[in-house]
Amino acid sequence: MTDIESTRPATAPAVFARPSPLREFWRYFSENRGAVAGLAIFVLLLVIAAAAPLVAPHAPNEQFRDALLTPPVWQEGGDWRFLLGTDPIGRDMLSRLIFGARYSLFIGFVVVSIALIGGISLGLLAGFFGGIVDTVIMRVMDIVLAFPSLLLALVLVAILGPGLVNAMIAIALVLQPHYVRLTRAAVMNERGRDYVTSARVAGAGKLRLMFVTILPNCMAPLIVQSALSFSNAILEAAALGFLGMGAQPPTPEWGTMLAESREFILRAWWVVTFPGLAILITVLAINVMGDGLRDALDPKLKRS
Amino acid sequence: MTAAAPVVIEARELSRTYQLGRGPFRKTAEVKALVGASFVLERGHTLAVVGESGCGKSTLARVVTMIETPTAGSLVVDGMDVTAAHGESARVLRLAVQIVFQDPYGSLNPRQRVGQILEEPLVINTDQNAETRRAAAIEMLTRVGLRPEHYDRYPHMFSGGQRQRIAIARALMTRPKVLVLDEPVSALDVSIQAQVLNILTELQSEFGLAYLFISHDLSVVRHMADEVLVMYLGRPVEHATRDDIFAEPLHPYSRALLSATPVADPTARKERIRLKGELPSPLAPPPGCAFHPRCPFANERCRREVPALRIEGSPLAVACHGVREGRIPS
Repeated sequence: MTDIESTRPATAPAVFARPSPLREFWRYFSENRGAVAGLAIFVLLLVIAAAAPLVAPHAPNEQFRDALLTPPVWQEGGDWRFLLGTDPIGRDMLSRLIFGARYSLFIGFVVVSIALIGGISLGLLAGFFGGIVDTVIMRVMDIVLAFPSLLLALVLVAILGPGLVNAMIAIALVLQPHYVRLTRAAVMNERGRDYVTSARVAGAGKLRLMFVTILPNCMAPLIVQSALSFSNAILEAAALGFLGMGAQPPTPEWGTMLAESREFILRAWWVVTFPGLAILITVLAINVMGDGLRDALDPKLKRS
Repeated sequence: MTAAAPVVIEARELSRTYQLGRGPFRKTAEVKALVGASFVLERGHTLAVVGESGCGKSTLARVVTMIETPTAGSLVVDGMDVTAAHGESARVLRLAVQIVFQDPYGSLNPRQRVGQILEEPLVINTDQNAETRRAAAIEMLTRVGLRPEHYDRYPHMFSGGQRQRIAIARALMTRPKVLVLDEPVSALDVSIQAQVLNILTELQSEFGLAYLFISHDLSVVRHMADEVLVMYLGRPVEHATRDDIFAEPLHPYSRALLSATPVADPTARKERIRLKGELPSPLAPPPGCAFHPRCPFANERCRREVPALRIEGSPLAVACHGVREGRIPS
């Protein structure tokens, strides 16, 4: 027999040491090196964004009339005052990028939170109740999905009026159907499982079934989707900014910075490259981190 | 049947019909998953329900556990009519019947620790504090042969047999009167089956549980059951005590079913009755006796008239014209 021991009478008292959930999480998360690197970059970005006024050498909108389009220090003509050079009206690139991190991360958090809360609620309702509720919710989501996302966001911003807050709302609405579909599919998959039935037999109400029994089992794809759309949100906000519909100049938002400087792409590569690199690195770090997060949060991958 | 033990479940003519939508241009089909199941279950007793897949065993389990509402018939649990109960009384009734599922891998929430799984019924239905719940969960764990340190583990860290014990422990947390066991051991290794069955037997005498034991494994049924209900295509065809049915099955279907069980006696003369044909579709059950297309003794009456399980003036519960008329050789 496989477990002879288990038939012994219990001698252990009812107190067991168990590693704190956070430490346990870290143990599994740290196995994935890429994820740790992503997390490190992400935390670094957070710190930089939080401490922007202390870290940045200059104010983001301060213009140095004597130093227009100064190249980065390592290039000929570089100036040690401006490590990454200056833009066409003499603002320090590094400072603007540092302050820009605040906007990008803020956009990511707000957009993902709105989309996640709305998506989970609608998806749970659709998947759990099915029938007419499901049909109504999903057809509305299909309508949203039918439009190209950037176009729809553009239209929404055009209606709401350009600006960062409206851009975030628009992006959240555009990202919504993905969360709804994911949640719904996962909920429908879990709803028929025996453990849900036995929770029902144990007397669990609808709300408990939805949020306590089913939802935690649907979180893995949602975590990955959150991480992916965090970066998507930053990208789309940048795109809207690039098209002049997001953050308005002189806000040092990365997409807006790109838009302002595209005419200098041949003459002054640093003005375009650094905001683009900032977006790339952030998006990449968050994606890698999201993957690790999913693995670490999945108890099925845990060993005793 | 002994009259001494109190009756915990009384089912009368329980039926469950499903409507099947087949697209907008066709009439909805009707599946009679369960037709006219009647039985009485007493405290401390085990009623086994046997039959091949698709015969309505699991539907019966779901109706008795109140997961599904019966479309006809009445179900009285612990003296209260289920179909009439609402609100608080329905909640109490629901707790009186708990279920153990076949698949121990799907019946435990993978995101919950064993402790949480066991305590959930208490969290929902009682206002005990965390300490009391924990003590109760650990006590139940040891009752089913697991150790207190398993309290903090996740289901995926256990073997199938251990998981099934956790499922049994969970079902017993609310101190139910009836446990519906929906093929509780058919997903397990034979050696583990014995362990789980022994635990079930111990728990039955300890808590005075009534078991509705659903199985297709007749050797397990022989070990566990007091009475046996044989089902075919949603209908009960024979209901008898275990000793009677294993000694002398009456219904031709019961005979075929029992003849398929291996006997551990090489000298025993063994005549295997082979059934011809397939189980008919429950969407279009044959008229008359549902078994007649496969029955070697069927005659004209069997093709026209649905046989009743019980008729007045006869102690036998067997739905067969042939047996009643005595034209089936024993």
